Amino acid sequence: MTDIENLKKIAAQVRRDVIRMVHKPASGHPGGSLGCADFFTALYFDVLNINPQKFSMDGAGEDLFFLSNGHLSAVWYSVLARRGYFDVKELSTFRLIDSRLQGHPTPAEHLPGIRIASGSLGQGLSVACGAALAKKLNGDKSLIYTLHGDGELQEGQIWEAVLFAAAKKIDNLIATVDYNGKQIDGPVDSVVTLGDLKLKWLSFGWDVVETDGNDMAQLLKAFVEAKNLTGKGKPVVILMKTEMGMGVDFMMGTHKWHGKAPSNEEFEKAMAQLPETIGDF
Amino acid sequence: MKYTSTGNKDTRSGFGAGLYELGKSNSDVVALCADLIGSLKMDDFVKDFPERFVQTGIAEANMIGMAAGLTIGGKIPFAGTFAAFATGRVYDQIRQSVAYSNKNVKICASHAGLTLGEDGATHQMMEDLGLMKMLPNMVVINPCDYNQTKAATLAIAKHIGPVYLRFGRPAVPNFTPADQEFVIGKAITLQEGSQVSIFATGHLVWKALEAADILAEKGISAEVINIHTIKPLDEEAIIRSVSKTRCAVSAEEHMMNGGLGDSIAQVLARKLPTPLEMVAVNDMFGESGTPTDLMVKYGLDTPNIVDAALKAIARK
Repeated sequence: MTDIENLKKIAAQVRRDVIRMVHKPASGHPGGSLGCADFFTALYFDVLNINPQKFSMDGAGEDLFFLSNGHLSAVWYSVLARRGYFDVKELSTFRLIDSRLQGHPTPAEHLPGIRIASGSLGQGLSVACGAALAKKLNGDKSLIYTLHGDGELQEGQIWEAVLFAAAKKIDNLIATVDYNGKQIDGPVDSVVTLGDLKLKWLSFGWDVVETDGNDMAQLLKAFVEAKNLTGKGKPVVILMKTEMGMGVDFMMGTHKWHGKAPSNEEFEKAMAQLPETIGDF
Repeated sequence: MKYTSTGNKDTRSGFGAGLYELGKSNSDVVALCADLIGSLKMDDFVKDFPERFVQTGIAEANMIGMAAGLTIGGKIPFAGTFAAFATGRVYDQIRQSVAYSNKNVKICASHAGLTLGEDGATHQMMEDLGLMKMLPNMVVINPCDYNQTKAATLAIAKHIGPVYLRFGRPAVPNFTPADQEFVIGKAITLQEGSQVSIFATGHLVWKALEAADILAEKGISAEVINIHTIKPLDEEAIIRSVSKTRCAVSAEEHMMNGGLGDSIAQVLARKLPTPLEMVAVNDMFGESGTPTDLMVKYGLDTPNIVDAALKAIARK
């Protein structure tokens, strides 16, 4: 089996995890999590240089990832567990009382893999800039990765960080935008359009890589391209087209599953489309 | 001992001196500033440690987020700007990325309170102590003079966790000993007394000492306690003093809602119900004027503390 086939298998299980995780507490955000299952799988199983068995807050010598749109917690938790940060059995506690798997990620519960709280949008790129500066001060050549929603780019703080990162040549940073064109109230274009998003990043002084975030081969290529652009005086952004709800037919092509859990009947329909590939938690 | 002023100095310069000393002694200390280097007295640090200084531009939200990120790499960031922009403007960033995430960020806020003066109400932050003390994990410190601000700056570098350090713009009497130890959360009794406890913080501590002198002339013995740490509050020191004096005054350059007096009232209500008079700004914004004129007009001057003490004693 090729690496890509293996990654696809993991991503398929992650999608199944996500639906099972949000179904139990009848709460969560399945849409974006399904759309970014391939991204998280590629990132954690192929791209990042990490040490899941020995999680440390400072991650010295390791690549760091920051999830800025914290409502994608389900997919992140699933991939962290599948990658060995903690036992997959713990995924069944998502959003329930006394769980380390809070609705939105937090280091407050000491869940391995989480270094900052997110949920209130727009803060992750600033945190990443700070972590990137610390890497440089420490002479640590590792990279910083982030993920942001496209709707999240409506937050002003994002653009403070975008401006800063280019001005200060933070070139050990690869941001990714989940460019699915949807947010809670509807299509991004009808809420507040982002206009020519690529041109915006370019004009702020970033290098831009574009990819299909639901095509594993393309995604891996985009990561390689982005990595090759680091260390050259500019921050890098991947504009990653995804389909919200990817993998469950009735969750695709709509913004309705941004933050809604499936009913029992919908859950059964979804499960039928999401085969168990490497074992349920 | 009797405290005497060795001359007027601004507390922000105490911060600048402390930060510079940290620059020399602790290579993990980094400083961030949002386009106010001169106002925050960070010039010396910037000049001698440029590689550990981050000019963020006028982007305070980004500054707070970056400070949180820097801690992840083991740095101890001191993020400086005016109190108005260091708290209200970035409350959500502090709440999520610093306090809830429990990051080792030092938020350094200058030009706090009315004594910012002529710039007026937009910049006169009098809600910051309340905003910051409500956040779990946050330590809140408001030193009283140059020496204590310098000592506090050095002390917070050794504390692991989020800290809000508040100081001011004007030159005020410098009266605490330069070698006085600064222990976070430990109140300092400046003068012992038996008939009323005056709990003061920041610029009002010196005025509380002046008020105690006036009260002494009237034959009243006042105890003056410097509450430099609003949170964690030294409840033991408060209870110990009030057990003796049976009435209290709080004095601060802050709103009554959410300030030091409000914290003391909570302690007294729970543990030792006692008459308490509060010298603070009562639910109104400030205005332009000299610091002196403003402190008089808004009732934060020495005579106001004297009056409050007399009232508190009468209520016993």
